[in-house]
Amino acid sequence: MVKNHIAKSFTGGIKLNANKNVSSSKTIAEQFIPSKLIIPMSHQFGPDAIPIVKVNQRIKKGELIGEPADKNALAVHASCSGQVTAIEQHQEPIVGEVSSSTCVIIQTNKDDDVSHQKKYWPRDTQTRLNLINQAGIVGLGGGSFPTAEKLNSKSLNCELLILNGAECEPFISCDDVLMREHATEVLRGGMAMMELVGASAILVCIEDDKPEALNAVYDAAGQLNSKLIQIVTLPTRYPAGGEKQLIEAVTGKEVPSGEYPINIGFICQNVGTAYALDRYIQLGEPQINRVVTVTGQGIKNPQNVLVPIGSPISELISFCGGYNDDVSHLILGGNMMGYSLHTDELPVTKATNCILAINKSQEEKSTQIWPCIRCGDCASVCPAKLLPQRIVKAYTNKNFNKLEELGLKDCIECGCCDVVCPSHIPLTASFKNAKYLTEEATTHSLLANEAEMRHNLKKIRLSKEQMKVDRLHAELKSNVRGDNRKSMINDAVNRSRKLRNKK
Amino acid sequence: MQFTITKAPYVKPITSIPIVMRHVLYALIPALAAYIWFFGFGICINILIACIAAVVSEAFMLYLRKQPITQGITDGSALVTAVLIAFSIPPLVPWWIPVIGTFSAIILAKHLYGGIGANVFNPAMVGYAILLLSFPVEMTHWAPPLAEELGYEVLGFWSTIIYALSSSLPIDTNIDAITQATPLDMIKSGIKNNSTITEIRMDPLFGKLGSFGWEWISIYTIFGGLYLLYKGIINWHIPVSVLTSMMIFSALFYAIDSDQYLSPGFHLLSGSTIIGAFFIATDPTSAATSNKGRLIYGFGIGSLAYAIRTWGGFPDGFAFAVLLMNSSVPLLDRYTRPRIYGKS
Repeated sequence: MVKNHIAKSFTGGIKLNANKNVSSSKTIAEQFIPSKLIIPMSHQFGPDAIPIVKVNQRIKKGELIGEPADKNALAVHASCSGQVTAIEQHQEPIVGEVSSSTCVIIQTNKDDDVSHQKKYWPRDTQTRLNLINQAGIVGLGGGSFPTAEKLNSKSLNCELLILNGAECEPFISCDDVLMREHATEVLRGGMAMMELVGASAILVCIEDDKPEALNAVYDAAGQLNSKLIQIVTLPTRYPAGGEKQLIEAVTGKEVPSGEYPINIGFICQNVGTAYALDRYIQLGEPQINRVVTVTGQGIKNPQNVLVPIGSPISELISFCGGYNDDVSHLILGGNMMGYSLHTDELPVTKATNCILAINKSQEEKSTQIWPCIRCGDCASVCPAKLLPQRIVKAYTNKNFNKLEELGLKDCIECGCCDVVCPSHIPLTASFKNAKYLTEEATTHSLLANEAEMRHNLKKIRLSKEQMKVDRLHAELKSNVRGDNRKSMINDAVNRSRKLRNKK
Repeated sequence: MQFTITKAPYVKPITSIPIVMRHVLYALIPALAAYIWFFGFGICINILIACIAAVVSEAFMLYLRKQPITQGITDGSALVTAVLIAFSIPPLVPWWIPVIGTFSAIILAKHLYGGIGANVFNPAMVGYAILLLSFPVEMTHWAPPLAEELGYEVLGFWSTIIYALSSSLPIDTNIDAITQATPLDMIKSGIKNNSTITEIRMDPLFGKLGSFGWEWISIYTIFGGLYLLYKGIINWHIPVSVLTSMMIFSALFYAIDSDQYLSPGFHLLSGSTIIGAFFIATDPTSAATSNKGRLIYGFGIGSLAYAIRTWGGFPDGFAFAVLLMNSSVPLLDRYTRPRIYGKS
C-alpha cells in the first residue's frame, strides 16, 4: 500500500493565481518538429562540449554531436534528424540572461531516423554516472545542474530521494502533465536514482492543486508495488517547489546556508529529470527533448509541447497558434522567477520549462513607488526569513558589509516580497543587482588586495636592494679613512703614473 | 519578433499605500458613528479642520523638501494622521486646537524626520502630546456623552460651529456648564480625595463596564480593528499584546485592592485603549517590524499606559506610552531579528 502523507508547511510564501488550467487542460503535443535546430554546445555548469560534426554532415536523431570536454562533462546530442548547415556563434538564454555561444545549426528533415538504441545498464555506480553524463542528462527544474554530479553522493550518505513535482510557479504545468501521462516512467526513473544514491525511500511531492497528477502517481506507485515510494501532498503555496522550502515542508529540516541538501542527507530531483533518466535506461534515448509549457494571454493556443532541445522559440510559438495581437512581453519561465526575452529567435534549452507571453494588462505595473513604510509584510512572506526592507536600504546605501550580514546570499529571488509590498518597491530586482554588485566588489577587492601584495613585495625587494647598495657605500667609505686613505691615494697615483709611463 | 525587457516578477502587487490608508479610514467609520451618537457632530468639524490642515501642511512640506506633491497628498497618510488627531481631542474645542495638533504631527513628527516611512514617532501621538502639554484646559474639557439625557446643557448645531471658529459661546452659557472632566480624570482626582472607586463610579458618567458612552465607542472601534485584521492591514501581534498587558496589570492590581484600582474591563473600554491598540500602536512605520518585536512593543505600550494612568500625572497615558515605545523600536528591531533560513 502506498503511503500518502500531507506535508506541514514552510515559512513565508504566498498564495498566487495559478493560471495553470490555461495550458494543463490538453495532453502533451508530441508531434512538434521544427524546421531548424540551434543546439548550443554550452552547459550551465561545466565546460562546453566540443562539436564533432561538420557542415553538410547528415545526422540522425540522438546522434552525438558534441563530445564532452573532459571525463565529467556533459555530451550534446542531435534532437532531430537532418543536416548540419552551420557551426556558429548564436544567442541562447542562459542563467537569467541572453548570451552568445557556439551552436550547431541543423536543417531538420521529417525522416526521424533514430540512432540511439537501448543500451546495457551496468551495475557499477561509477559507470552508470558516466553514462548519465554521456546521455547529457541535467536537472529539468530550471537549474540544469548535471544529474550525475548531484547523484554522485554515495560517500555523503543520502537518506531520502525527494522527487519534486510541486511545480509551484504560476502558469507552468509541464511537470503536472508529465506526471499525469507518464507517472510510471517518472517513478521508475526515480527508483533508478534511489538505487544510485543508496537512499532508503523516495518521496514524491506534489501540490494539492494537481489532483490528476496525484492520482496518476498514486496508481503508478500501486502498480510498481514498491514500499519505498511515498507520496506527499503539499498545500498549494508559492514557492513550495523551491528546493529548500520543499525540504523544510517535507522533513522539517533546513538546509544550512551555503550548503546543499545532500549535506543533511537529502537529494532533490525534478520529476522531469527522473522521466529523462528512465527514457535513457529503457530506450537508450539521451536527453534530447523536454516538455515545455507555452502559455499566457499572449498565445493563441496555450498547451504543453514535447520540444526537441534547440528548437527556435519562434517556431514553437507558431506551433501553438502564434501570438495574440496584444502581446507585450515574452518571458522564459513563470511570472514570478522567469526573465523577459528581447527576441524569440532563441533556442529552447534544457532549462526552458515555460514560455510565457503576456499582454499589457497582465504585465501592467504601477509606475508609482512610495517610500518603505516598514510594514514588514515583505519579511513575513520571505521563505528565507530575510528582512527585504533592510536589505533594500543597505543596497541603496551600497553597504556591502550590511548586505552580507543581512543574508543577501540566502535570498532565493522568489519575488514574494514584490507582490505584497504596498510601496511597490522593486525588491527582487534590487537584490539580483545587489548580488551582482557584491560579486563585483569582491572581485574588485580581491584584485586590489593582490595588487597591494605585489606592491608591498616590490617595496621590500627595492628596500633590500637599496640596503645592499647602502652597505657597499658604507664599506667603501669606512675603508677610505685614516692611514688607509693615504696609502690608497698613493696606490692610485702610482697606478696612473704607470699608465702614463707605458704611453 | 522583438520585445521590450522588464524585470521579474510579472505580477501586479496586491495592494498599495493609498489602498491601505483608505481601508484604515473605512475602519474608523463605526467608531465615528458611535462618537457622533454620544458626543454630537463636534468631531466632524474637528475632522474637517484637521484634514484641511493636514493637506496644507503636507503639501507645504513636500514643496520645501522638493518631493512630488500630488503623490504625497494622494497617498492618504496625512489624512489618517488628521483623523486620528480629531479622534483624540475633545469634540468641543476651538479651531486652532486641531490645526496646531495636525501641524505639529505633519511638520515636526513626520516631515522633519524625512516624511512618510521615516518618522520615528507616531505623528498623531506627537500632535496629541503637544496639545495636551500646551493646552491642558482645552484638552481636558469633554462634553458629557448623551448630554441631554444626562441633564446637561447642550450646544446646538450653529453654536458648536461658532464655538469652534471663534471660541465664543452663546451669552447665557459658559464652558463649565457644557463640559465635564473625563471619567478617567474624575477617577484620578477622586482617588486623590480618598474616595473609593465604587463611590466615584456612582456618577452617571460611568457605564456598566467602563465610562458611559466611551464603552460603546470602544466596542464599535473593535469592529473597525477586526476589519483591519481581516483585510491583513494590521497583524494581530500588537493589538493582542497591548490589550493583554493592559488586562494582566489591571487584573493584578484590581485583585489586590478593588477600591483603589479600576477593573480590567474599565481599563479596556475607557479612554483610548481600544483605538490605541488597533489604530495607533499599529502604525507600521513607528512600530517594531518583527513579530516577536511587535509582541514586546505592544506589551510595553499596554503596561506603560496602565502605569501612567494609575500612578502618573495624566489621566490617560496612552500617547506617552506609544511615544516611549517608539523610541525603543530600533533596539527591539535589532534584538528580535529573525533567524535566516539555514543559519544557526
